Amino acid sequence: MKTEPYESARYLPFGDSALLIEFGDLISLEVNRKVIALYEAVLKAAVNGVEELVPTYRSLLVRYNPLKTTYEQLVFMIKDIENTLKELRVGEGRKIVIPVAYGGEYGPDLTHVAQRHGLIEEQVVKIHSERGYRVYMIGFVAGFPYLGEVPDEIATPRLETPRLKVPAGSVGIAGKQTGIYPCEAPGGWRIIGRTPIKLFDPLQQPPALLKPGDTVKFKPISEKDFKMIEKAVLKGDYAPLSEE
Amino acid sequence: MKVFQVLKPGLFTTVQDLGRYGYLKYGVPISGAMDTVSLVAANFLVANNPIDACLEITLIGPELQALTKTQIAITGGVISTKVNGQSVPMWQTLEVQEGDVVAFGKMESGCRTYLSIRGGINTPLVLGSRSTYVRGGFGGVNGRQLKTGDIIEGFDVPSFKVEYSMPEELVPQFTDHFKVHVILGPQADMFTEKGIETFLSSKYTITLEADRMGYRLEGPIVEHKGKADIVSDALLPGAVQVPGNRKPIIIMRDAQTTGGYPKIAHVITPDISLLGQAKPNDAIEFSSITTYQAHEKLREYYKLLNTLRRMLVSKL
Repeated sequence: MKTEPYESARYLPFGDSALLIEFGDLISLEVNRKVIALYEAVLKAAVNGVEELVPTYRSLLVRYNPLKTTYEQLVFMIKDIENTLKELRVGEGRKIVIPVAYGGEYGPDLTHVAQRHGLIEEQVVKIHSERGYRVYMIGFVAGFPYLGEVPDEIATPRLETPRLKVPAGSVGIAGKQTGIYPCEAPGGWRIIGRTPIKLFDPLQQPPALLKPGDTVKFKPISEKDFKMIEKAVLKGDYAPLSEE
Repeated sequence: MKVFQVLKPGLFTTVQDLGRYGYLKYGVPISGAMDTVSLVAANFLVANNPIDACLEITLIGPELQALTKTQIAITGGVISTKVNGQSVPMWQTLEVQEGDVVAFGKMESGCRTYLSIRGGINTPLVLGSRSTYVRGGFGGVNGRQLKTGDIIEGFDVPSFKVEYSMPEELVPQFTDHFKVHVILGPQADMFTEKGIETFLSSKYTITLEADRMGYRLEGPIVEHKGKADIVSDALLPGAVQVPGNRKPIIIMRDAQTTGGYPKIAHVITPDISLLGQAKPNDAIEFSSITTYQAHEKLREYYKLLNTLRRMLVSKL
């Protein structure tokens, strides 16, 4: 794997209606910041023919209408925008607090993660919840945030055999990534806890709670608090906290 | 307005329209009809808008009972259809009366058939579309495939009749051998020259793992230069990714929005619609064209979609 960002972004055709701009083939804050900065700048510039933008770990997908612009014209305009970005500083995004009940039935793999690293469960919880994580991208299933990076002290590879069903709200670790299952889905991430809050609701606008560039902080809660928040979420009375 | 009751659901029947655009960044796939051309034609045959929702029927059709008098049309994959036991033709407006039973048989060619209802199917708009996204559990009828007892709701429509048919020479014929055009990239440089050559010159077979999310292919291996993994980036319908087992996978409309395998090529938009009629054991061959050539084909394709309505013959 290349361990450095590309010297200059690669502009690549992605079928007949999209352009892919790659900044590197690695998970890094620097690369993802470039992606989000270009995403925000292209959005703001309202480039003719652009229909949709998809920021990921290390690239920006630009879906366009070839009846309104050509591939060459689009590349030219976006390179122009990219060049103006070099001097810009990027904001840190929103900070959102996600309450999590760790361990027990909510986090069946917490014991494994602790044992693997010679820690006790409380230490894993402390390490996992004491830092902020960047939302690198949303993918896999609707509203699933890929968060990074988990420190080596608790980084744990995926299960060898994925579970057929991981419950909605499950918080997991996969290598140096951590993430939250917005709905029940199959998956191989090591599940260490569960949040009662809703990460995705197709009836809301926008449908996902998080977006790339946001910072997530996990807050350990008791089982009692979990049940209380779960009820409030069902009634529509729960507003996710943001941190000043 | 209640239009149909589902007596038998068929193998996999869902509500689909042109798709759900603008939410890829939240992990929401585009979904929508796998064969866009047949969906649009079905709508025009009952004087609907092209964006209206239809039923997408897969391989084995449902049995529906009309709860009101209405007009319907059947397009796409060739399937025998009977109304109260009498065979009815595809690609033309049909009238059904309250109590009539519309029974579909098995697919004879192609993979997906579209049933339009005059005025369109009325399920709630979710993120701007009525398309069913089963994995996410939203859109269509309660976010899932149809089951026995479901009611299909429609809209009130004007009482005048329409009667259209598609000229025979314009009715698409589906074979079991698909020749599709691709644009190489975006990660074609991760494959050896031999790998790309193999991909473009071999015949692949669609395996049983083929659904609205994607088609896994069987055939000669496509060689990577080095690693077969990338840090995840975006996916779109039509992307051809090649994982570590070196067998291509074509991404279709319900696939996840990001993926970690290199993409050797991308099927052009008109041929994605064509592949909506591909089924397990069908053969597929890829040929590469330039972006410029692809855009010429895309303009012809949009022109076809825009002129389909004018090409219909009205019998009234």
